[in-house]
Amino acid sequence: MPADLQIDQLNEATPLLQLLHVSISPQKTPTRLLVNNVSFSIDAGKTTCVVGESGSGKSLTALSIMGLLSKQLQLNTGKVLFNDANDGVQDLTMLNEASLQKIRGAKIAMIFQEPMTSLNPVLTVGYQIGESLTTHLGFKGERLKAKIASLLEMVGIPPNRANSYPDELSGGQRQRVMIAMSIACEPRLLIADEPTTALDVTVQAQILKLLDDLKTRMNMGMLFITHDFGVVADIADHVVVMFRGEIVESGTKAQVLGNPQHPYTKALLACVPDAEGKKALKPIDYAWLKQEQVA
Amino acid sequence: MVEAGASGVSDIILQANGLVKTYTQRSGKFGFGTTLVKALDNVSITLRAGTTLAVVGESGSGKSTLARCLLQLQPLDSGEVIFAGQDLSKLDASALRTVRRNLQMVFQDPFASLNPRMRVGEIVGEGLLIHGLGSTFERQKKVIAMLKRVGLTEADMQKYPHEFSGGQRQRIGIARALVLEPKVVVCDEPVSALDVSIQAQILLLLKALQQEMALSYIFISHDLRVVRHIADDIVVMYQGRVVEQGEVTDIYEQPQHEYTQNLLAAIPGKRMAQASGLA
Repeated sequence: MPADLQIDQLNEATPLLQLLHVSISPQKTPTRLLVNNVSFSIDAGKTTCVVGESGSGKSLTALSIMGLLSKQLQLNTGKVLFNDANDGVQDLTMLNEASLQKIRGAKIAMIFQEPMTSLNPVLTVGYQIGESLTTHLGFKGERLKAKIASLLEMVGIPPNRANSYPDELSGGQRQRVMIAMSIACEPRLLIADEPTTALDVTVQAQILKLLDDLKTRMNMGMLFITHDFGVVADIADHVVVMFRGEIVESGTKAQVLGNPQHPYTKALLACVPDAEGKKALKPIDYAWLKQEQVA
Repeated sequence: MVEAGASGVSDIILQANGLVKTYTQRSGKFGFGTTLVKALDNVSITLRAGTTLAVVGESGSGKSTLARCLLQLQPLDSGEVIFAGQDLSKLDASALRTVRRNLQMVFQDPFASLNPRMRVGEIVGEGLLIHGLGSTFERQKKVIAMLKRVGLTEADMQKYPHEFSGGQRQRIGIARALVLEPKVVVCDEPVSALDVSIQAQILLLLKALQQEMALSYIFISHDLRVVRHIADDIVVMYQGRVVEQGEVTDIYEQPQHEYTQNLLAAIPGKRMAQASGLA
């Protein structure tokens, strides 16, 4: 598998996060693999985009990193190696819940797709941003308040909105709050699961730029999940293409976008509408894909 | 298809003049005060027969309100909507119902717009039933033909919406709208909830059906990439007003208004072409 080859090369540079041969299945039917032998890595200060359609296993892969898989699912095989500056390389799949809890939010943070449903409606956004600061870093009182204000400012929300409730904010602002929450403890790795899918194009552009800036400024690694190659072109360094639970292609952005090898990658690229309107839209022909894969 | 530029009076199928719609919004302490929000501020649009008019803008720009007001799903404060020589805003409920057969809508959220307790056959056939078109047998035949045309099967009639994926549900929504053989279909963000790959399927389906059934579309969207592929004319809305309108190529190549320029600049994947050029 070419994906493996690449991991070996990257090994020398010890990436921030390495997924090795991760497979996920329902607990009742261990042979039905929802994610099959997935390996890729994320470097500090770089963005790896996982691209695929719904059902391709991209979100499950992300959840498995944090140990957040639903109870009906299990990690069949695989390692998730997290390279932490202090603790050295740890296999996250081997950690117990308490140790994972210390990593979640502090060293690895996640942004979810739906800014409408992932915030608690009865708590102010300031409180929600401060929660992880108190839990992980013991921030309190004035110091906490000042930190919340600076985080809000960082994501482009007036600091006085700390006392607002989520329903008082627009979709884009809520996603900014989610981002402020996730970067509060300055995580080493940020996992963003379709963070802009629910947003308008103009707001999406702002959020993508914000994430890209923060990534550079804080030297975070970012795992960015999307189904839209247009977004990939804007934000990715590395690209991993998933189809039905497997990686069909991976490489740098220039390789995957410029010279796609796998028929599925080509098909997925062909169904993105281009702004010039020159290219005809071509939906994915799955029957043809199947033949192509067998051949 | 109508030739671009040949916009004689006879070509116009739907026209809206000076639409105004104001909402009151609670404000101030405990919501005791009210402020007026102009969702539509003197909006006029013209839809040419057999073409697609895209209405673009961000959330809150009034584009969905426009869609609902055109179909009289919401009452207008003032303005007129002319279809087939009648002003829809002056019609009473029963006259409106008759006209609505020709004016259908495809909704944004395929998960929320189908009744979960009705079978697909009932959902698609309901319009025919309401308008009293054909016998039970004829209605069923029509529903089956329509389902097949949008890429579903006869067996799907007996299923419930939750048994389908997002893309399939949107096909059901399209079948429901088109089974009445309408003249005008208002599509309110029909693909924004779908994956890019499914989006392409649905867009091509809408395009093919437009040709076959001589439909005119009003296509509401915030995604200018999508609009480029389906629209003939574009109306750009911002804060309840039309800030720019014209033919699709003109708007894309020479956007006049600053807001249109911003919208175009926000299209993701502008670097896609460049990245492709690298290798």
